[in-house]
Amino acid sequence: MVNRYSRACHSSTDFLQIPTRFFFAAGEIITKHRRKIVSLTSLVFVKQVPDTKNVTGDAMRPDGTVNRGALAAIFNPEDLNALELALDLRERYGGRVVVCTMGPPAAAAVLRHSLYMGADEAILLTDRSFAGADTLATSYALSCAARKLGDYDLVLCGRQAIDGDTAQVGPQVAEKLEIPQVTYAEKVIEIKDGIATVRNLIDGGHEIVKTPLPALLTAVSSANEPRPAGARRLMRYKKAMTRTELLAKHAGKTYEDSNELAVEEEKLRERGLWIHEWSAADVGADPQRIGFAGSPTKVKKIENVVLAAGQFKDIPLTEEGIDALAKELIEDNVFV
Amino acid sequence: MSEKIGNVWIFIEQDGGEIADVSLELLSKGRQLAGELGVKTEAVLFGAKVGALAAILHEYGADNVFIGEDDRLEPFSALPYTKMIVDLVGAHRPNIILFGATQVGRSLAPRVASQLAAGLTADCTALEIDDYEDKASKTVMKNRLMQIRPAFGGNIIATIANSWADPQMVTVREGVMPLSEPQKGRTGEVTKVAVNLSAEDTVVKVIERVKAESDVNLKGARIIVAGGYGVGSKEDFDLIKKFADAIGGEVAASRAAVDAGWIDHEHQVGQTGVTVRPKLYIACGISGSVQHRAGMSDSAKIIAINTDPDAPIFSIAHYGIVGDLKEAIPMLMKALKAHA
Repeated sequence: MVNRYSRACHSSTDFLQIPTRFFFAAGEIITKHRRKIVSLTSLVFVKQVPDTKNVTGDAMRPDGTVNRGALAAIFNPEDLNALELALDLRERYGGRVVVCTMGPPAAAAVLRHSLYMGADEAILLTDRSFAGADTLATSYALSCAARKLGDYDLVLCGRQAIDGDTAQVGPQVAEKLEIPQVTYAEKVIEIKDGIATVRNLIDGGHEIVKTPLPALLTAVSSANEPRPAGARRLMRYKKAMTRTELLAKHAGKTYEDSNELAVEEEKLRERGLWIHEWSAADVGADPQRIGFAGSPTKVKKIENVVLAAGQFKDIPLTEEGIDALAKELIEDNVFV
Repeated sequence: MSEKIGNVWIFIEQDGGEIADVSLELLSKGRQLAGELGVKTEAVLFGAKVGALAAILHEYGADNVFIGEDDRLEPFSALPYTKMIVDLVGAHRPNIILFGATQVGRSLAPRVASQLAAGLTADCTALEIDDYEDKASKTVMKNRLMQIRPAFGGNIIATIANSWADPQMVTVREGVMPLSEPQKGRTGEVTKVAVNLSAEDTVVKVIERVKAESDVNLKGARIIVAGGYGVGSKEDFDLIKKFADAIGGEVAASRAAVDAGWIDHEHQVGQTGVTVRPKLYIACGISGSVQHRAGMSDSAKIIAINTDPDAPIFSIAHYGIVGDLKEAIPMLMKALKAHA
């Protein structure tokens, strides 16, 4: 029996991990090989988002897409909860935490912050051709990065990003990777024999589910209190950089005509300060499925919000003013 | 586009035989869209034992109800539901699918959209039928679903169209679309759907499920006192609660107050919270982002209390008090008591 969930399972990059595949008998889940050593690889997708509380009109391009450069950029809050979940799991079960973001070169900032918090490795998925992506194209690109990484047990991300609030990318990545999903996750209660027991929110309550790994979880803000950047880690990882940043540091030089860059890259790699930079081609993404071309939803028009001016009474903050208001409300039978 | 367009589908969310309000609201909207398109309104209903619910859905506007019954479809789980819907879409090719933007809808719709490579727009506040000119291919697509939602910090309203093949998929928050009165005695078709689930569709097991009856009832509230970031602190939020208590109202909050941890999310009014239509809405320390206004602008009377005279909330308020809410609220409480 072919299990479609196994297609996205581990490659053989980590010899400690015994492949966990699921065979089914009488509706029960049986793991063929029990995992001897629980050592989890968590892949956390994070996003740098504009601080939506401070958006000005000139942050919008005419085509309706967002000019992120014009805004203060922050770490998407619920992605911090997802990262905290992953770091906590590493403390409980061992393994490693890999953080990945898709964005412009400047999005490396959230990766550095992830390293300050405790992530082991960071990947910047960046390419001009990713621009203008809706959630479908975004989830495809992220799934390509996950497949390139290959050996993940858990994929985590925040429930939603504050710039769109769609909560769509998580489930869409899970579908693209053909793995199960648990959305609105609050807590990973246990991981045992390749099965995660997860508590998640539902409307008006919660549930506890068991899902085989690999699986994708989306974390809610009530999951935990994300740890602050560690002071020592900050001192160490503030030097972490991407290739784009290395090239910018040595402006005018190239890898072709200078050995200096390759030497410095090697040093950074050895010290764990290298932030991987993957392009669309690096992750084998189909150009037709990424960016604007890969996005079925198109912005038809953008309108500035015009507030309807109705009847309005300015109530002065005085005994008389408030008293008159109270009287009027009662006479209008508002409380009946 | 093909000559004949497909029908309008509404995913019906039910739990133990109880239909979610948002599903009935979407049936009302779906029926209107289907009327404009000259197609049928069809409900998609899954669960362990749900056959009896079809009659209700007919009365609320469904011409046909697709019913999939199986113990494995209760409670909701994303994998089997995705399989069922994707199969059903393949067989019947709907034009539009509407989902409630509940935890269930937001887990299911994206997964379905991803598998179908269909466009999906979240949290729409209005849906209309119009033509869409695709600038890339320079083709005009007739009678497409215009998916309207506030976007990006709330300064703008975006109209989004799906430029690819059907289905056009959206989610809508509860309370956003008005609920039409059911038409007693209205009947329709029922189409039984074969349940073809394999073991891999049911690998995720729900082992515990707790649903508490919420004592927060914002949707049905006649008076609401809402606090925003301007309230200042968790302690000061008690003043909002006291005020609500005193005038027999429910307590609500803006997203900023919820994010600050001063009050639970179930009190949140706005695009990502509840949509309310009370007789009186008192907005205290709420600036009035478009997302918040989307959830309360239909209130019969709005009183805004804010220190910032330029706060957008004043533009939709009927009464505005510029000043400190810690001063204004006690004064208003006292005055109301005096005249009661």
